[in-house]
Amino acid sequence: MNIIIIGNGISGITAARWIRKLSDHKITVISSESDYFYSRTALMYIYMGHMREVDTQPYEPNFWSKNRIELVKKHIKEIRSESKSLVASDGTEITYDRLILALGSKSNKFGWPGQDLKAVGGLYHLQDLERMEQYSSGLNRAVIAGGGLIGIEMAEMFRSRNIPVTMLVREKSYWDNALPSEESQMISRHIKKHHIDLRLEKNLGEIIDDGTGTAHAVTVKETGEKIDCGFVGLTAGVSPNIGWLKDTEIETNRGILVNEYLQTNIKDVYAIGDCAEMKNPSPGRRPVEAIWYTGRMMGETVAHNICGSKTKYDPGIWFNSAKFLDIEYQVYGTVLSKPLAEHKSLYWEHEDGEKSIRIVYDENTNEVIGFNLMGIRFRHEVCEKWIAEKTQLEQVLQDLSLANFDPEFYEQYEGSLVKIYNSNTGKNLSLKKKRKLDQVLKFLRS
Amino acid sequence: MSGIQKLGVALFCIALVIFTGLLGWNDFKLTEESLYTTSDTHKKALIAEAKSAGVLDKNYNNNISFIKDVKQVIKAAQTNLQNQYNENPPSDVSEWEYKIGDWEVKNILTPTIKSSGHGWVSKNPLTAFLLTFGLAILGGFLFIIPKFFKSPGIKNDGIYHSSLTRGLKFGQRLFLLVFTIIGTLIYGFKYMGGNYFWPLVTAIVIGIILFLVFNYQKEKNLQPARSASSEFTGWLGIFAGIYMIVFYVILYWNSEYLTNWITMVDPISLSLSGNEASQWFLYGLLYTIIVFVMGIRMISKYRHNKYQIVRTCSVIFFQTAFAFILPEILVRLNYPYFDFKNIWPLNYTFFFDWNINSLIESGGLGIFMLVWGIILIILGVPIITYFFGKRWYCSWVCGCGGLAETMGDPFRQLSDKSVRAWKFERWIIHGVLAFAIIMTAMVLYHFFTGNSRVLFFDSNNIRTWYGFIIGAGFSGIVGTGFYPLMGNRTWCRFGCPLAAYLGLVQKYKSRFRITTNGGQCISCGNCSTYCEMGIDVRHYAQRGQDIVRSSCVGCGVCSAVCPRGVLRLENASGDISDRAEELRTIHITEDQIGIL
Ligand SMILES: Cc1cc2nc3c(=O)[nH]c(=O)nc-3n(C[C@H](O)[C@H](O)[C@H](O)COP(=O)(O)OP(=O)(O)OC[C@H]3O[C@@H](n4cnc5c(N)ncnc54)[C@H](O)[C@@H]3O)c2cc1C
Ligand code: SF4
Ligand code: SF4
Repeated sequence: MNIIIIGNGISGITAARWIRKLSDHKITVISSESDYFYSRTALMYIYMGHMREVDTQPYEPNFWSKNRIELVKKHIKEIRSESKSLVASDGTEITYDRLILALGSKSNKFGWPGQDLKAVGGLYHLQDLERMEQYSSGLNRAVIAGGGLIGIEMAEMFRSRNIPVTMLVREKSYWDNALPSEESQMISRHIKKHHIDLRLEKNLGEIIDDGTGTAHAVTVKETGEKIDCGFVGLTAGVSPNIGWLKDTEIETNRGILVNEYLQTNIKDVYAIGDCAEMKNPSPGRRPVEAIWYTGRMMGETVAHNICGSKTKYDPGIWFNSAKFLDIEYQVYGTVLSKPLAEHKSLYWEHEDGEKSIRIVYDENTNEVIGFNLMGIRFRHEVCEKWIAEKTQLEQVLQDLSLANFDPEFYEQYEGSLVKIYNSNTGKNLSLKKKRKLDQVLKFLRS
Repeated sequence: MSGIQKLGVALFCIALVIFTGLLGWNDFKLTEESLYTTSDTHKKALIAEAKSAGVLDKNYNNNISFIKDVKQVIKAAQTNLQNQYNENPPSDVSEWEYKIGDWEVKNILTPTIKSSGHGWVSKNPLTAFLLTFGLAILGGFLFIIPKFFKSPGIKNDGIYHSSLTRGLKFGQRLFLLVFTIIGTLIYGFKYMGGNYFWPLVTAIVIGIILFLVFNYQKEKNLQPARSASSEFTGWLGIFAGIYMIVFYVILYWNSEYLTNWITMVDPISLSLSGNEASQWFLYGLLYTIIVFVMGIRMISKYRHNKYQIVRTCSVIFFQTAFAFILPEILVRLNYPYFDFKNIWPLNYTFFFDWNINSLIESGGLGIFMLVWGIILIILGVPIITYFFGKRWYCSWVCGCGGLAETMGDPFRQLSDKSVRAWKFERWIIHGVLAFAIIMTAMVLYHFFTGNSRVLFFDSNNIRTWYGFIIGAGFSGIVGTGFYPLMGNRTWCRFGCPLAAYLGLVQKYKSRFRITTNGGQCISCGNCSTYCEMGIDVRHYAQRGQDIVRSSCVGCGVCSAVCPRGVLRLENASGDISDRAEELRTIHITEDQIGIL
């Protein structure tokens, strides 16, 4: 069978690797961005000089030939599903038996005046990095519009070269549509501590041309204030990169619509990763989840489906992580920025204001449903098991050390949570387990 | 960089210039007193020769011509004694006492040059010390201390933009490596007194390893491996590398040129051991100071990470107390020089006859040292490594490791992560271990039987060659000189026989491993990039596999730089083999899939 995958990001490549593991089919990965799969999440580190581009490539160049995965650098502009073929921008026609669309996302642009000027752009592709690089030397200021995960990464990138940064953020507090309020405020404080000019509840008005087609200032919508800057970063989220599919028979909405087997409405065509939109997402999950881990799981799932064992896409219990400048962030399970009425949480914050642990539980059943960590590492498998098994809050509290994943010699704060719980309830719980791998493994096997 | 930091860099550069310049800046005069030898016969012959050559009491204002003349004097005296001995052999002294052996030349030369100095440095050793070491330390601290005031967190910004730390283009790296290897072999031929046997064997072994990796392990026909080379060469890195390589070549094989530096540290040596300094004292002091200053830098960089702080304090402590001060104090108390933490086969001279004899002769403490050394080898290494992994030694105690983790930290990203490099690594490091064992076995055979020959190999030759090619060439020149060229653990990864031994224990019988945090890895590559041992940590992390690798020195930096909290160093026995297996890769619910 001749399998074509468009997109060499995490989802497309995971699919290719798993198809190779499971079968002997012919596999071709077509992509126009880069020769080799690289880790998009590491883009910032290239700019900051932590890594070279090759260091972001998870596999050596000879991995592909060893595993008989053919890489083709072309841009696909048309799908002809009746003849099961693709047309590339250079006119070549490529046929397939099975097609996997793993097209990823593109940066959002909301029709701001001047959004297509030079020195304006998002951060998604390698080409975006080149643009940032091009305008960085001697840059007087960068204005970043949009305060999500990519916005803060872009701010950190410019700060690593001592370039002044202004961030225009629509929300009341950084990323408060995803983070609970204490954590959101913690990060807002941290951003300011890094000398980033954070403007909350402000939107981008327009981007001003310097006469040569290049941006040289922006205005703030709410106040009309003009901010001089040599670069404007647009980081107000991403959306599926499917423009060229809009007028085809492939059914799309925000993304390419797929069923639980990741099939599109066209036979033998699948879609995975950022560009896929679930028709029926699992309860509590969004139809488009543009993150690394879901792309990887979809890639694995689609491989099983193509290789003959029908497998439903099941993203399992939600988890994610990020790093806000110096603060690491991990989340497991359900932690909402605006919690439902029955969601209660036990929250501890370190006096330095840069570490916190939050355990979310259901007030009625006392079952633990989520963990939110700042500056502290928890063990994925342990949290997942607690949530999956609907473990009682008190049980989790007493065993909490099992979840600790911080490096050796780090201070442990599980006791502080227990203390807070005790003083809230008048109970007298104590930690019963130690952070020992043997105990963890025993727990995981139980 | 702040103003204070720039001042620090400037001071450091000035100190480096003075330090280098001092090498040639002294006046010399060979006198009867300054001619250093322990044998009266030799002294008489040398003085006679110096007089007739007109070198005695002549003033020199640079060391090059002075050393040249003194060398000639020694050579002439050597020939004279030889001839005299052949003509009418004296009855009261033996042949080897009468003649000046080739190996004695060095022991006469360096101390003689040193005590013949009488210029500014000899008169003002302390001022010279302050202007070089002192100024460099001050500059270093001015550069480092401001880092403590930045917010804690990973600070790798600009490493690949810096000319010092970004590495070299492939061609230049290859050239320097090949040049160093060939140069060392040719020099080795001379060093062995024209005996080509061991240089030739070494060249053949290198050829076999190249064959094994490229042909037998099929690296040749594949597309190129991931390159460890930089797109633009870091010229500062080349400069730093060459400076260190030259330093080691002079230190090991031409120490007579270093006498000004040695003189400078005399006062310190006198106050510690009561003896004048030797080149080894100079080296030990320099080493300790670097480990200390760069250790503080390491702490400033990783101060958010307690593991790194504790570990760095540990290497500073072991270097200062065990490797530097304690041996000097032992000497002061008339005990043998002994480094309690230096274990055979890294300490390859441990079973040499002179070492064993001197330990046995110095009574109770000496015997204890001998037993202690042997216990470390046969019990200490396996038992401690079983519980904690090889890190207990390599990144907490060892001196080579200490330097790599402090001075070497800015260069850790330059290690080669390709599978090809791993193949080289396994052949070479186990080859060196085998060489160390064979060499030691022959030396011991000689010691116990008095017979220096096994088949047609000579135990003295093999041990001289080992000291030259592994002890000096590999661990010194390549080990440290190649920091800016191939990363800071080149020796530890490719060469150290003790690391090979510890690694075998770690791989097959140890509780140590690095666990990965479920599905949290985003394959960013920070861990692999900053692994000084060239382990492709990400390869395991992105599959959720535990990492059990013989080369991992447990420095913990992969865990420190991971932006997603994926890696943790652990000591525990449970499940170690299961979790290191490949099948832990499934991130989708397993019971959904019927087959696999
Ligand atoms: C800066 C940044 C940081 C991020 N950090 C995180 C993080 O910390 N955690 C996390 O979970 N997620 C993160 N993400 C999101 C994550 O990177 C994406 O979810 C993921 O990369 C999507 O993978 P994908 O395989 O679906 O698509 P992509 O990686 O986008 O791959 C799609 C590829 O297909 C190519 N392509 C598209 N159309 C065509 C065509 N017609 N012809 C040829 N080629 C085509 C594209 O050029 C692209 O190379 C981050 C994203 C960015 C930009
Ligand atoms: S794997 Fe991690 S701990 Fe081991 S040597 Fe590499 S960086 Fe250090
Ligand atoms: S383990 Fe951490 S540092 Fe390594 S690739 Fe994964 S996320 Fe990056």
